[in-house]
Amino acid sequence: MDLFGVISQLVFLLVAVLTLAAGLATVLLRNVFHAALALVGTFFGVAAIYLMLEAEFLAIVQILVYVGAIAVLILFAVMLTRGMMQTEDSNINSQWAWAATAIGVLFVGLFILILQVPWKISGQPVVGDTTPALGTALLTTYLLPFEVVSVLLLATLIGAFIIARE
Amino acid sequence: MINDIPLNYFLSLAAALFCIGLFGSLARKNAIAVLMGIELMLNAVNINLVAFWRYGSPDPILNQAGIVFALFVITLAAAEAAIGLALVIAIYRSRDTVNVEEINLLKW
Amino acid sequence: MVQNFTLLIPLFPLLAFAIIALLTRSRNRLSAWIAILGVILALALSLGVFLEALAEGAELAVNPFYGAPIVWYPYGTATVNFGWLVDPMGSAMLFMVPTVCLMIFIYSVAYMRHSHTGKDGHTIHEDDPRYARFFALISLFTGSMLLLVISSNLLQFFIAWEIMGFCSYALIGFWSFRGLKEHHIDDAQVGRARAASIKAFLTTRVGDVLLMTGMILLFITVGTLDFTQMFSPDGLNNMLLGEPPIGALQWPTLIALLIFGGTVAKSAQFPLHIWLPDAMEGPTPVSALIHAATMVSAGIFLVIRMYPLFVFDSQTGGFSMQTVALIGGFTAIFAAVLGLAQNDIKRVLAFSTVSQLGYMLAALGIGAFVAGSFHLITHAFFKALLFLAAGAVIHAVGTNDMLKMGGLWRKMPITFLTFLIGALALMGIFPFAGFWSKDEILLEALRLGFFSESGAAPLVQFVFISLATAAFITALYTGRQLFLTFFGKPRDQHFYDHAHESPVTIWVPLAILALFTTVIGFWNTPFAPAFTGYVGEAGLVGLPVPFEHHAFDQLALISIFVSLGIAFGGLFVAYFIYGFRPVGAGQPDPLERLGIIYRALASKFWLDELYGYKINLDGTARAGLLVRFVGLLSRFSYWFDRTIVDGLVNLVGWFGRIMARLWGWFDKHVIDAIVNGSGSVTGEIAGWWRTMQTGNVQNYALIAVAGAMAFAILFLLRSFT
Repeated sequence: MDLFGVISQLVFLLVAVLTLAAGLATVLLRNVFHAALALVGTFFGVAAIYLMLEAEFLAIVQILVYVGAIAVLILFAVMLTRGMMQTEDSNINSQWAWAATAIGVLFVGLFILILQVPWKISGQPVVGDTTPALGTALLTTYLLPFEVVSVLLLATLIGAFIIARE
Repeated sequence: MINDIPLNYFLSLAAALFCIGLFGSLARKNAIAVLMGIELMLNAVNINLVAFWRYGSPDPILNQAGIVFALFVITLAAAEAAIGLALVIAIYRSRDTVNVEEINLLKW
Repeated sequence: MVQNFTLLIPLFPLLAFAIIALLTRSRNRLSAWIAILGVILALALSLGVFLEALAEGAELAVNPFYGAPIVWYPYGTATVNFGWLVDPMGSAMLFMVPTVCLMIFIYSVAYMRHSHTGKDGHTIHEDDPRYARFFALISLFTGSMLLLVISSNLLQFFIAWEIMGFCSYALIGFWSFRGLKEHHIDDAQVGRARAASIKAFLTTRVGDVLLMTGMILLFITVGTLDFTQMFSPDGLNNMLLGEPPIGALQWPTLIALLIFGGTVAKSAQFPLHIWLPDAMEGPTPVSALIHAATMVSAGIFLVIRMYPLFVFDSQTGGFSMQTVALIGGFTAIFAAVLGLAQNDIKRVLAFSTVSQLGYMLAALGIGAFVAGSFHLITHAFFKALLFLAAGAVIHAVGTNDMLKMGGLWRKMPITFLTFLIGALALMGIFPFAGFWSKDEILLEALRLGFFSESGAAPLVQFVFISLATAAFITALYTGRQLFLTFFGKPRDQHFYDHAHESPVTIWVPLAILALFTTVIGFWNTPFAPAFTGYVGEAGLVGLPVPFEHHAFDQLALISIFVSLGIAFGGLFVAYFIYGFRPVGAGQPDPLERLGIIYRALASKFWLDELYGYKINLDGTARAGLLVRFVGLLSRFSYWFDRTIVDGLVNLVGWFGRIMARLWGWFDKHVIDAIVNGSGSVTGEIAGWWRTMQTGNVQNYALIAVAGAMAFAILFLLRSFT
C-alpha cells in the first residue's frame, strides 16, 4: 500500500467519522433546530462521500437539493412549530431502549453480512465525463421513470399545498 | 484512489448511518425529528447505491443505473419531505402539538 | 223475479228496529210510523214473492225458490251460506205473518196510549213512557220471524228463533218496571210482568237447548244444515249410517224428538205450556203477536220445515210422529179443559191458543200435513183478531176480569161484532176460517183412524176422540167468554160506565182481520181444495211425501155435520149455563159448583206448583218443586265448584308457582351465569388485547422493524448453516 492509499483511507475515515458524528447529533440533540443544523452537516458529509466515489454530479445535486431545499424546508417547519424549540423534558420517547436494542442487533447483523458476502467487484476506472452520459441515459433509457417522477413531483406540490392550507 | 478503499468501508458507513436514522425515526418524540431520521436513512441507501455503481458496474460510463436510482431517490426524498412537513404543520395547527406520542387518534 | 229479493223482506223491520233504537226513540209518533212503514215494505215484498209463488203453483214444491248467495263461514271444504228458501207453505207464511203483524202494529199506535182520570176529573190521554221502545221491539220481533220463515238452513233459522226468544222476554216483561208517570200500572203488575218474562224465557230455553242439541246431532250425522241438501234422500239416509245412539232408538227418531223439544217449549205444548198463560202480562198487541203471527207459529213452522225428517223417521220405523200426535192431541184437550175455568179474558184465549196449537201438532203427527198447516194460517188470523178485540175491551173497560164485565155489546158494537166473528171461527162454525181448517183436521183423523185401508190405528182414534172433545170444550169456553163479556147485565157499573167504543185506529185493524177470518177459509174447502193442491200436492222440499188426497165424498159430508154438531153443541151448553140465566153481579161462576174439579182447573192442575213457577196475583212468585230441586242442585254444584274444583285448580296453580320459582332460580343463577360469563370473559380478553392498539405510529414501526429482523435472522440462519 503506497502513501496515497494511506492518505485516501485516512481521508475516508475522517469524512466517515464526521458524517456519523453529524448524524448522531441529528438524532440525539435535544434542540430540534440544532438537530436540523447537524442534519445539514450530515448532508455535506454524504456529498463528500459521493465525490470520493467519483459521482461529482450527484454530489452537486445532493448539496443543491438536500442542503438547499430540504434542509431549508425543515428549518422553516421547525420555526413554524415554535414552542418545540426549547424542550424541558426528554426528546426521546419511552420505547427508545427497545428501539436501540433492535437497531443494535440490526447493525451487528448488517455488519456481519457485509463482511461475509463476497461482493463482486469489477474494478473498472471511471474514464471521461460522466455527466453527459447521465443526461443521455435519463432522456433515453430512463425516460419513462423520469417522466413519472416529474408527474409525482407535480402531484406532491399540489398535495402539499392542499394539506398545509388553512 | 478508489482502489485504496475497500467496498466494505462504504457499506459499513451506510449501515451505520442507516441505523442512526432508524433510531431517530423510532425514538424521537418530535415529528420533524422523525422526518430527519428518515432523510438520514435515505442518504445511507444512496451511499450504497452509488458505491455499488462505482465498484460493481462493468462500465461506469455507459451503465449509470446506480446514479439514476440515487437521483430518483433524492427526488422522492424531496417529495416526501414536502408532504411530511405539510402534514406536521397541519397537525400542529389542529392539535397544537408535534409530539408523535400525543398524535394517537387510533388508540383504543 | 221478486224471489231474488226475498232476503230483503226481514231487513225492513230489522232496519226499522235499528232506526228507532238508535235515532228516533225520543219521538213516539215518528217511531210508530217508521215501524209501520217497515212492516208495509216487508208486506209489499212478501206479497210479491207470494204472488210469484202462487203463479208457480204446485211446481214450487218441487223447485222452491232457493238461494244461498252469502257465504257466512266456511268449514272444511264446504261453507255455511246465508240465504232464503220459499216453498209453498213458506210462501203462505209470508202472506200471513206480515199481514197480521201490520194489523197489530196499526192497532198498537192507539193501544199504547193510555187514558186515565186526572185529579181534576178530566180524562187524560198520554203515550206509554216506553212507546218508541215498544215499536222497536215488535219490529225486531216481526223481522226475526220473517227471517225465520225464509231461512235456508237450520242455523239461520235457529238464530231468528233465538232473537224471538229474547223479544218475547223483553215484551212480556214490558211493564216490568215502572216510571214515575205510569198510573196505569200497579206494583203487583210490575212484579207479575217481571216474573212472567223470566218464566217465559227460561221455559222456552229448555226447548232451545233440546233444539240445539238436535241441530248439532243433525249436523254430525247429515253433514249439513241446509234444508235442501239435508232433505235430499242422500242426506236423510246418512242418518241411518253408524251405530244407533241409545239402544234401539235410531238417529232420526232421536234428532226428530230433540227438535220437537224446541217446538214443545216454543209452541207451549204440554208439559212446557206453563209459560204461555203468564205471558198475558205483556201488552195485548204483544199477546196477539206471540199467539198469532210469530212466536208460537215459529214452533209449529219448525215441525213443518223439518217434516221430511219426521216422515222419513216414521217410514224407517221411528216413533217421532206418534209422539208429536200424542202430545198434540193431549195438549189440545188438556188446555181446552183449563180454559174453562179462567176468568181473565186473555187467559181464556191463551189456553185456547195452546189447545189450537195442539190441534195443529196432532194433525201433523197423524200425517195430515195440509190440514195442520192450513190451521196454522187460519188460526193466526182469527186468534190475532180475538186478542186484539179482547185488548180493545180491556182498554175500554180497564180490567181483565170477565166477571166484572157483561152487557158490553151495547157499548161497543163494532168490537163486539169482530170478536163474535173471531169467536165463531174459533168454535168452528160455518163459514168462518176455523170451521174449514178444523173440519179438515177432524176429517183426516176420522179417515185415518177409522176408515183407513191399512186398518184401524188406535193412536189416531185417540187423537180423533181427543180433538173432537176438545172442539166441544172449545165451543163451550168460547161461548162462556162471549156470554160473560158481552151479554147479560153489567156486573160492575163503574167499569161499564168507563167503557166506550174503540177509536178508529183500533177497530179498522179488527175489521180487516175479521174480513180475512171470514174469507180465508174458502182457500181450502172440501169442495175446492186449492190450498191442498198448492201445498200438499207434490210433497215437500226434496222428499216426495205420499199424501192421500180424496175427492169430496160421503165421509167429508159426515165430517162437516159432525164438527158443526160438536160446535153447536158446545155453544148450546154454554148458552144453557151462561146465556139463559146470566151470571149476576157478585155471583160466583156456575162452574164452581164442581168443587175440587173447578179448583183444580182454576189452578191449572197445580202444575206450576209441581214443576214450574207460580206467579201470584200480587206479583210475588214461588218456584215449583222441580225448579226448587234444580235450585238445590245448582247450589250444590256451586259449592262443589267452589271448594273441590277450585281447590284442585288452585292446587295445580300453587304447584305451578313453586315450579316456576325453581325454574326462575335455575334460569337466573345457572343459565344466565353461563351467558353472562361467556360475554364478560370475551370482554376481559378483548380489553386486555386491545391495548395493543396504541395509536402510536412509532410503536407500529418498531414492531415492523422487529418483525423484519426476525425474518432476516431466520433467513440468515438458514443460509449460513
